Amino acid sequence: MSRELFKFKGGVHPPEHKAESNARPVRAAPLPKKLVIPLRQHIGSPAKPLVSVGDRVLKGQMIGEADGTISAAVHASSSGIVSAVDQQPVPHISGLPDLCISIETDGRDEWVEHRPLDYRALAPADLRIRLRDLGLAGLGGAVFPSAVKLDPGAAQHCPTLIINGGECEPWITCDDVLMRTRADEILQGVAIMRHLLGSTEILVGIEDNKPEAIAAMQAAAARMDFAAEIMVVPARYPGGGAKQMIQVLTGREVPSGKLSTDIGIQVFNVGTAYALARAVHHGEPLISRLVTVTGHVLRPQNFEVLIGTPMHALITLAGDRDGTTGVLMGGPMMGMPMPNLDVPVVKATNCILVQSAELFPPLPKALPCIRCTRCADACPAELQPQELFRFAKAGDFGRAQEYHLFDCIECGCCSYVCPSHIPLVDFYRYAKSEIWTREKDKRAADLARERHEFRQFRQEREKKEKAEKLAAKAQAKRAELAAAPDAGGAAPSEADAKKALIAAALARAQAKKAETAPKNTDHLPPGTQREIEEIEARRAKIRELARQPLESDEKP
Amino acid sequence: MLAAILVMAGIAVAIGLALGWSAIRFKVEGNPLAEKIDAILPQTQCGQCGFLGCRPYAEAIAKGEADINLCPPGGEEGVKKLADLLGVEPKPLDETHGAPKPKSVAFIDEQTCIGCTLCIQACPVDAISGAAKQMHTIIAAECTGCELCLPPCPVDCITMVPIAEDLPHWKWKHPVVMLKQVSGDSSA
Ligand code: SF4
Ligand code: SF4
Ligand code: SF4
Ligand code: SF4
Repeated sequence: MSRELFKFKGGVHPPEHKAESNARPVRAAPLPKKLVIPLRQHIGSPAKPLVSVGDRVLKGQMIGEADGTISAAVHASSSGIVSAVDQQPVPHISGLPDLCISIETDGRDEWVEHRPLDYRALAPADLRIRLRDLGLAGLGGAVFPSAVKLDPGAAQHCPTLIINGGECEPWITCDDVLMRTRADEILQGVAIMRHLLGSTEILVGIEDNKPEAIAAMQAAAARMDFAAEIMVVPARYPGGGAKQMIQVLTGREVPSGKLSTDIGIQVFNVGTAYALARAVHHGEPLISRLVTVTGHVLRPQNFEVLIGTPMHALITLAGDRDGTTGVLMGGPMMGMPMPNLDVPVVKATNCILVQSAELFPPLPKALPCIRCTRCADACPAELQPQELFRFAKAGDFGRAQEYHLFDCIECGCCSYVCPSHIPLVDFYRYAKSEIWTREKDKRAADLARERHEFRQFRQEREKKEKAEKLAAKAQAKRAELAAAPDAGGAAPSEADAKKALIAAALARAQAKKAETAPKNTDHLPPGTQREIEEIEARRAKIRELARQPLESDEKP
Repeated sequence: MLAAILVMAGIAVAIGLALGWSAIRFKVEGNPLAEKIDAILPQTQCGQCGFLGCRPYAEAIAKGEADINLCPPGGEEGVKKLADLLGVEPKPLDETHGAPKPKSVAFIDEQTCIGCTLCIQACPVDAISGAAKQMHTIIAAECTGCELCLPPCPVDCITMVPIAEDLPHWKWKHPVVMLKQVSGDSSA
């Protein structure tokens, strides 16, 4: 209010479509017969399953544990029997399945034992582990494990904490409704964040198209024992992007390739703050969230949904209509088309947007880029989308990276304004994923090279060891022979010793051969015996021949 | 004047000697060009190029003794990268050395394996674990898919399994965009 606001470059102002869904009260979605809970619901390593088929689980029971530092646990959203631990369709654009735990619910909704945490009494590191085990992940869309973000690291504290209530994407209203109805709990969550991060400045950014939410948050902030500044920012997409929110509220820019914590700022979504408060003050893991179901449905509204509820159940609840052309998870700018509607709601599901030809007319065919640079004017990351497009399309990924491809937040502003209707963001996603794959392949090749070189080194070493052993043995033999009374009396020359050694070895070999001579050569008919003898004679001759040049070599 | 020329000549000779000596004294092991080529080769170590692994092939290319299009796992893209590095024209892959295949890893049927250890001796990257007379297993993450363990197995229990696409390995595809042709503009 009193504070000066800044501006970010670019951005667009698409029709908001918020009024459709934010007027109706939040309704709890009924308990489905079957919950399908994916183990990969956050960025980082997927959770490891802790239950097997036939186990009875209680509501809030951990069914998948965090695996590694960047990971989070997953929990049963209701009580019931585990009916499968297998690959199931998940809300991903590829339509590929992933490991999920399916639970046949028993309708009793029986809670596992859970109790509040006294966060001030716990050591910060322990508290973070508890939060990881309560499955907390960012609910703004990126689902990054919150416990990791709540670690101020070497700096010991993070001076500025930003709570993001921007919700800039059209159609979505779950954060708006959450702030209107649960402002106190959001700020209780903020208090815990503040405690863990040691922040001194707390800024809550809310776009000016949510007056009720702003009023509710201001009233709640006045009740808190710490100062949280509620800041009203002009609505402009993508103002709710973390980097854009930082820029608008503080005027500071996160340098390319850096994290916001590098400049002493951490950003959390309001939904994450609410989930944190539930986790700490009630001991409840993250098993439900608010989901906006809107677009081409009869009653667009927000539901409190258990994680694992199938999307089609929510669309039915909101009143499905004929003429549906597709369903997005997320909003129209950054949302992902869903391969089918059996996929479950996950921690990242903020919105289910049902499309119709009327609301979302198919884009006209793309035309060639006319280099009008409207995309560059709209890009909030200050990139050159037309150049990125050119390089990505041509497969020139090196140049795309030089043009800061990885600073692209995939906000879709460029595609939105492009008069040629080029799906620019798809090209950036393709280029990024191609670069990641190549880096992975390169790492695999490096590993293979290393292992191959090590193998060669090992073989070389083994060969050397063998040779050394043999040499030592020969030395011993030679000494032995030298010590034995020599017929000639004269000291045996090196060559003689060698010859004697070979002769001894030959004799040994022959003796061994005679010992192990195959039985089938013992009683042969005379004809065969003669043949064998002839061959043996030939062999002896060849051996003789082979030896001669060697000896003649030695003489001069 | 003469003195100046002599001094200059003397300096030139001295520097020449010093350079020659240091070239011998500080000779770097390995050939930097071969190293760069090796960095491009896929490190499958399959020997399909006719050399005993990627490194010997890289050295042969560096010496100009081998062509750049002999590595099937590297594919056309690998040939192109080598051509870029060496500043020559890319050429099609020499199919007599084999065709590129989808990436696969070896899989041992553990019921049939007799534990003869022959595959271990054949694996160029030590990606097979097991001891004599015990069943053997492929460490899939380290298998390069070179197929060198297939021929030695006396009971033919090793098969190559193509790597299936799953979520962590999924890639965004090149967008299929129907670019409408504008008359006179063929650049798009
Ligand atoms: S807005 Fe579209 S047509 Fe204009 S420069 Fe960007 S990509 Fe090209
Ligand atoms: S999608 Fe990327 S390139 Fe396009 S406007 Fe957004 S940040 Fe810029
Ligand atoms: S053919 Fe096989 S051994 Fe030869 S360079 Fe290619 S991957 Fe390496
Ligand atoms: S070569 Fe075949 S039988 Fe022998 S250890 Fe390997 S897999 Fe088993």
